[in-house]
Amino acid sequence: MDRRAALARMVAITGSAMIGSEFFLTGCRRPGKHATKPFTPQDLVLMDEIGDTIIPATDTPGAKAVGIGAFMAMMVGDCYDDDNHAAFQDGLTQIDQASRKRTGRAFAESAPAQRLALLVDIDRENRTYTQNRKPADPQHYFKLMKDLTLLGFFTSEIGCTRALRFVETPGSYDGNVPYRKGEKLWVNPMRRV
Amino acid sequence: MALQQYDAIVVGSGISGGWAAKELCERGLKTLLLDRGRNVEHVKDYTTAFTAPWEIPHRGMSPQSLLKKYPVSRRARVLYELNAQFFIDDKQCPYVEAKPFDWVRGYQVGGRSLTWGRQCYRWSDFDFTANQVDGSGIDWPIRYKDIAPWYDHVERFAGISGSMEGLPQLPDGQFLPPMDLNCVEQSVAARIKEHYKDERRMIIGRTANLTTPLGGRGNCQYRDKCELGCPFGAYFSTQSATLPAAMKTGNLTLRPFSIVRRLLYDKAAKRVSGVEILDAETKGTNEFKSKIVFLCASTLNSAWVLMNSATDVWPDGLGSSSGELGHNVLDHHTRAGANGQVDGFGDRYVYGRRPNNFYVPRFRNLFGDKRPYLRGFGYQGSASRQDWSRNIAELGVGAPLKEAITEPGQWTIGMSGFGETLPYHDNRVYLDKTKRDNWGLPVLAMDCAIRDNEKLMRQDMKNDAAEMLEAAGVKNVKATDFGYTFGSCIHEMGAARMGTDPKTSVLNANNQVWDAKNVFVTDGACMASSGCVNPSLTYMALTARAVEFAAQAMKRGDL
Repeated sequence: MDRRAALARMVAITGSAMIGSEFFLTGCRRPGKHATKPFTPQDLVLMDEIGDTIIPATDTPGAKAVGIGAFMAMMVGDCYDDDNHAAFQDGLTQIDQASRKRTGRAFAESAPAQRLALLVDIDRENRTYTQNRKPADPQHYFKLMKDLTLLGFFTSEIGCTRALRFVETPGSYDGNVPYRKGEKLWVNPMRRV
Repeated sequence: MALQQYDAIVVGSGISGGWAAKELCERGLKTLLLDRGRNVEHVKDYTTAFTAPWEIPHRGMSPQSLLKKYPVSRRARVLYELNAQFFIDDKQCPYVEAKPFDWVRGYQVGGRSLTWGRQCYRWSDFDFTANQVDGSGIDWPIRYKDIAPWYDHVERFAGISGSMEGLPQLPDGQFLPPMDLNCVEQSVAARIKEHYKDERRMIIGRTANLTTPLGGRGNCQYRDKCELGCPFGAYFSTQSATLPAAMKTGNLTLRPFSIVRRLLYDKAAKRVSGVEILDAETKGTNEFKSKIVFLCASTLNSAWVLMNSATDVWPDGLGSSSGELGHNVLDHHTRAGANGQVDGFGDRYVYGRRPNNFYVPRFRNLFGDKRPYLRGFGYQGSASRQDWSRNIAELGVGAPLKEAITEPGQWTIGMSGFGETLPYHDNRVYLDKTKRDNWGLPVLAMDCAIRDNEKLMRQDMKNDAAEMLEAAGVKNVKATDFGYTFGSCIHEMGAARMGTDPKTSVLNANNQVWDAKNVFVTDGACMASSGCVNPSLTYMALTARAVEFAAQAMKRGDL
C-alpha cells in the first residue's frame, strides 16, 4: 500500500511515475532475507564502467565523469531495502561472470564494444523479466543499475547543465513555446519520490 | 523580559494566526503571538532555497535516516531532504491511531504557511447551505454574503492570481492576473468545454503566488520551489506577508518555543484570563494574561488546547458543553483520478516552472445533476512532457538511449480529485492520557474514517476524470484510485464547529467559544463542513472577520 502511495502523487498529478520509485525505501528498513556487504574499491570500478556503458561519453561526458559508481554505492546503502541491496550486489558478480564467460576478462577489463554487447543482452533479459514480473518477485538487478545510473547522471551538475538545460530562476512562465528537435530537456529541480 | 499582560494573545502563527496577529495589531491592540516551534526568519532561514539539484545528497529519494525521523510526513508524501526543516520530528510528537490517520505538522513560526499548496478558492452558498439542505451535520451560522467582503479583504492583501469565470459554485474574487494554462491544457480545456456544453470547465488554478509585485513583495520567478521558502516573498506565508505587517505596527510581541498547555479559565467571570505556556526549550512554565485569545494552533491542536483546558466546570475541556468538541473531524479525500497521453504538440514546449496546476471546479450534484451520493469534488492536475525517466524499451543502453532521453518526450496529463467529506459526529479526536509526548503532555487519539458517501463519490472521481480526458482526445487513459488515508490531504477541519445553537456547536457565528466568549477559534477547527475546495482562504477570511467583531466588541466594552 505504501509503495503504491509513493507513486500516487507523481502519477495522479502529472500522469507519469518517477523512475525507480518502486524500489526505493518508503518505510523504515526491515531486515531482508539476504545478507548485504560493503562495496569494495573493485566494485566501484565495476559500477563506474557499467554506468558509463549505459550512459557513455558522447558530445557530453558520460556517467563515469559524474562518479556514478560512488553514487550508486551511496544510494544502495542509504535508500534500498536489504533484499534489493543484496540483489544489486549479486548482479555485480553475475555481470563479471558473464563477461569472463564471453570474453575471458572481467567486465572492467573487457573492450568497450564487448561491454556494450553484454549489457545490451542483459538489458533485454531485464526488460522481459520486468514485464512479466509479479509484485512479490524480486527486481532484476539490471533494472536497479540502469535506473540508478539515469538518476545519478541526469541529476548531476554535468547532467543538468551539459546534457540537459537548467535555469535556477526562470523569471517568467510561457506554456506554449516552439520546440525544435534536438533541443534539450529542461531540468525540474524538485523531482522526488 | 516580555510583558505578561496583553490586549490579545494569538496561539499559533500559521496562516490563521498570522492573519489574527496582523488584524489585531493594525487595530491598535497589544498582541502576543505564540508559536510552539523555533523562529524562522524570512529569507535568511530558507537555507535550501537555492540548493542545486546535484547538491541534494539523495536526489529526491529518502535515506533510511529521514524515514526514521519523519515517518508520518513521509507517509503523506510531502517531505524530502530539502524541506525537512519545516516538518516536525514525528517521534517527539506522537499520536494514537485508533484508525489510520496521517497528521502532517510543521511546528515553527509560520507553521504550514511555509509549505502549503497555495490554492485559494472561495466557498459559495452551495457550500454554506449544504448541511441545511441535505441534513448532514448542522447548518452553518453564516452565508456567503457574511464572508464575501472578508474574502475581498484577504485576497487583496495576500495576492491571489486567477481568472474570472463567473461560476456560481466558485465565486470570482479580487484576482491578480492569472497564470497560463500550457498549450496542451488549453487544448484539453477547450475540448472539455465544448463536449460538456460549458457545464464542466478546466481553468488555471487560483493560487497565492504573486503574478505582479504587491506590497513590497516580489512577483513569482517560476522556480516552483515554494515549499523551500521563497526568497522573493512571492507566495503568501506568515513570514512574507502577515508577520511583517503586524511587526510594522509596533504592537506585536512574537514568542517562539511557547507550547500553550492550557487556557486559564476564570470560573467567576466565565471567561479566559490568559494562557499557560510550557517553554519548549527550557520546559519551564509561564503565564500570560490578555483580554481576548485567538486560538489558531491548527485544527487538531486547537481542539487539543481546548480539551487540555478542562476544569471542574467543563471536565471534557473548555468549549465541551455541547458534547461536540473533538467531533465532526473533516478532511478532503484525494488520490482518485485519471491520467493519459496526449498525441501531437511535439513542436511545443514550456519555459519556466509554473508553481500551479489547472483546476476543474465542482460539477456534480449542482444545477439539476443528481448522483447517488451527497456533495461533490473538484480536480487538480497538469500536463507536461515526459523527462529522462520515461521508459524507452527499444533503446536499451548506450549512446542512442542517452541521446533520446536528453530531449523531452511525449505530453502526458493527469488529474486527481479533491472530494468533500461529510461531517460525521463519530469522526472524532480525543485526549489519550496514557501516552505522553516529548514534553510530558497527553496526546491526541484519532478515530476518523471515510464512509459510504465518500466511497461512492470516489467512483465518480475516478470515472469522470477518465471520461473527461477521453472526451478531450487523450489517449491510453487510465482511471486510478491509489487509496486514501484520513488526514493525508492535510486539510483537516472541524473538531470545534461553528453553529447557531450552543447545544450543538462549539463556536458561534463570530468564532467565539460559546462557553468562554473572549476565546475565538478561527483556524480549520471552526469548520462545520468541508466543501471540496482548498480551505485556507476561508480561514483567512473568517479570522479577519472575527478580529473585526472582537475589536468592535472590545470598543463597546462587551469583551
